[in-house]
Amino acid sequence: MKALLIGEYRQGKLLDSTFELFGFAAQLGGETAFLLVGDETRLPACDGPLYLAEAAECGEYNPDLHKQLILQAVARENPDFIVFVHSSYGWDLAPRVAARLKAAQVSEVIGLTDGGFEVGCCNAKMRRTVKPSTARAVLTIQAGAFPARQPNGTPRIQRLAATGNGGLEFVGYEPAEAKDVDLTRAEVIVSAGRGVGKKENVPVIAALARALGGELGASRPVVDAGWIEHSHQVGTTGQTVSPRLYVACGISGAIQHLAGMKKSDFIVAINKDKDAPIGEIADVLVVADVMQFVPALTARLQR
Amino acid sequence: MKILVCIKQVPDMESRFKANSQGVWFEETDLAFRMNEYDEYAVEQAVQLKEQLGDAPEVTVLSIGPDRVVEAIKKALAMGCDRGVHVQDPAAATRDPWQIASIIASHAGDKGYDLILTGMQSQDRGSAQVGVTVAEELGYACATTLVGFAFSDGTVTAKRELEGGIKGVVRLRTPALVTCQLGLNVPRYPTLPNIMKAKKKEIQTIAVAELLKEEPLATTVSFHPPARKGGGIVLEGDVGVLVDQLLGILKDKTAVLR
Ligand SMILES: Cc1cc2nc3c(=O)[nH]c(=O)nc-3n(C[C@H](O)[C@H](O)[C@H](O)COP(=O)(O)OP(=O)(O)OC[C@H]3O[C@@H](n4cnc5c(N)ncnc54)[C@H](O)[C@@H]3O)c2cc1C
Ligand SMILES: Nc1ncnc2c1ncn2[C@@H]1O[C@H](COP(=O)(O)O)[C@@H](O)[C@H]1O
Repeated sequence: MKALLIGEYRQGKLLDSTFELFGFAAQLGGETAFLLVGDETRLPACDGPLYLAEAAECGEYNPDLHKQLILQAVARENPDFIVFVHSSYGWDLAPRVAARLKAAQVSEVIGLTDGGFEVGCCNAKMRRTVKPSTARAVLTIQAGAFPARQPNGTPRIQRLAATGNGGLEFVGYEPAEAKDVDLTRAEVIVSAGRGVGKKENVPVIAALARALGGELGASRPVVDAGWIEHSHQVGTTGQTVSPRLYVACGISGAIQHLAGMKKSDFIVAINKDKDAPIGEIADVLVVADVMQFVPALTARLQR
Repeated sequence: MKILVCIKQVPDMESRFKANSQGVWFEETDLAFRMNEYDEYAVEQAVQLKEQLGDAPEVTVLSIGPDRVVEAIKKALAMGCDRGVHVQDPAAATRDPWQIASIIASHAGDKGYDLILTGMQSQDRGSAQVGVTVAEELGYACATTLVGFAFSDGTVTAKRELEGGIKGVVRLRTPALVTCQLGLNVPRYPTLPNIMKAKKKEIQTIAVAELLKEEPLATTVSFHPPARKGGGIVLEGDVGVLVDQLLGILKDKTAVLR
């Protein structure tokens, strides 16, 4: 069995998530080959063939061209699996490669079961086991699902080149919004999710944060709706926090939110849905309506 | 200008899911269905573009599924799309993303759409494949996870959301396909007059057999709840009692309550 692992490179750096591909490959077993559109000074120390194209020539984001480079490596290696991280790079590129190869794609793999791949579905509340029917399959792995592994070997570098852009032109990056609240230093964070219902209810959550001597956090939809400022957002596109106590109010527990808060020492979730995926990582799940429970809790703390 | 929006009808995600009798997908009875959240951003963006261009573009909304999906199509029409296409497929839930994409591509193949909008992913299946695969099949330029969209002179300037809050700005020549994501816009609520107007809009029904030519490339062999890692305490019952229980646990297990 052979896997072709597709690394990720952005703003002149090899992304750490790339090493999760090696962690996944170790569980999968068999040989590996690696491909990166990047630069020679930042390569993983992996054994086996390492296909390299220069980001300076091929662009960091130029999906049509990167697809062609991957297809070249596939033709030479004949891998059983082509593996990406399920990220803004991987979910964009993987289906293009799969379509050209007419290969099955399994997205956001979180585990291996005999002959199949475990994936989340229904907003992470349920799981599916999926089996590719094609000899070759394209996989994307969920960020954080497999341990990062630093390989220790000597790659055989093979240079790749291609030209073109498939009607898409990369203009540039826009930096993340500046943070005016530093949640990373808070000891207690009480976050509001869509389950708080409306903007007018946000002060109720803020009052609990104050009563616990902590800061107010937020899930993404609450920020997008303009109920709370972006600087309070927790998650992959917000801040990564690890307070002593994290209280999630009306938050379902999507992977992108969990990625930002799962390292908290103690997690309390308040959710009316007993099956909400946040229950999987919460130390305590309080099954209740936030707007009934939170004011009652705040009132007790203030007594 | 011709625009296509692809929407999926999915269950309300706060529902309780049970496996169906084959054990490979959820049992549909007792579930309430609605438009996939990400697809609402796609519909809204298409309608905003239509408004921007002085009503000139024709916006078609397409959904593949059993008869219930007509409700989602009607909602999109009430939001401002012009006409609906219902690809009638009682077995849509058993199709893999490759088949769904190929149905859309075979519909779109000879229609000359300048722009196709899809959601970034479906909330139930969540493969994040259908849009990109359609673009690949049609040879359209494609960008995913849009949080910004501008259109002028046949060019889309799109803002893609990347990890850590950074954004990537790209320009696409039409014909193009974009996949839409939360943060792109705020989908409107259909007003009563628009709901009434939508009743007069045409919804064309096409049997799936006319468009589906592909076999699935992957099979779901099991649908099940996640294995509970356990450890977590679940508290249920009267709110007053819950408050006492939680405070007791916090005093015991954390140092935040002095
Ligand atoms: C590229 C990308 C990046 C993302 N980045 C982030 C990020 O940085 N941070 C982030 O948070 N999300 C992010 N998301 C979005 C993420 O996928 C989820 O959509 C989001 O986290 C869901 O927010 P939520 O839990 O508040 O809302 P929902 O998923 O809608 O959950 C609401 C919850 O509230 C509960 N509820 C409803 N009413 C009540 C009530 N009265 N009382 C108690 N409970 C109630 C429901 O049972 C449900 O569990 C990102 C998504 C993508 C695709
Ligand atoms: N049955 C369907 N009918 C119409 N569009 C669909 C269907 N399934 C998926 N899509 C579109 O493809 C996107 C991605 O879906 P998925 O690949 O399942 O995550 C969705 O957001 C929809 O825009």
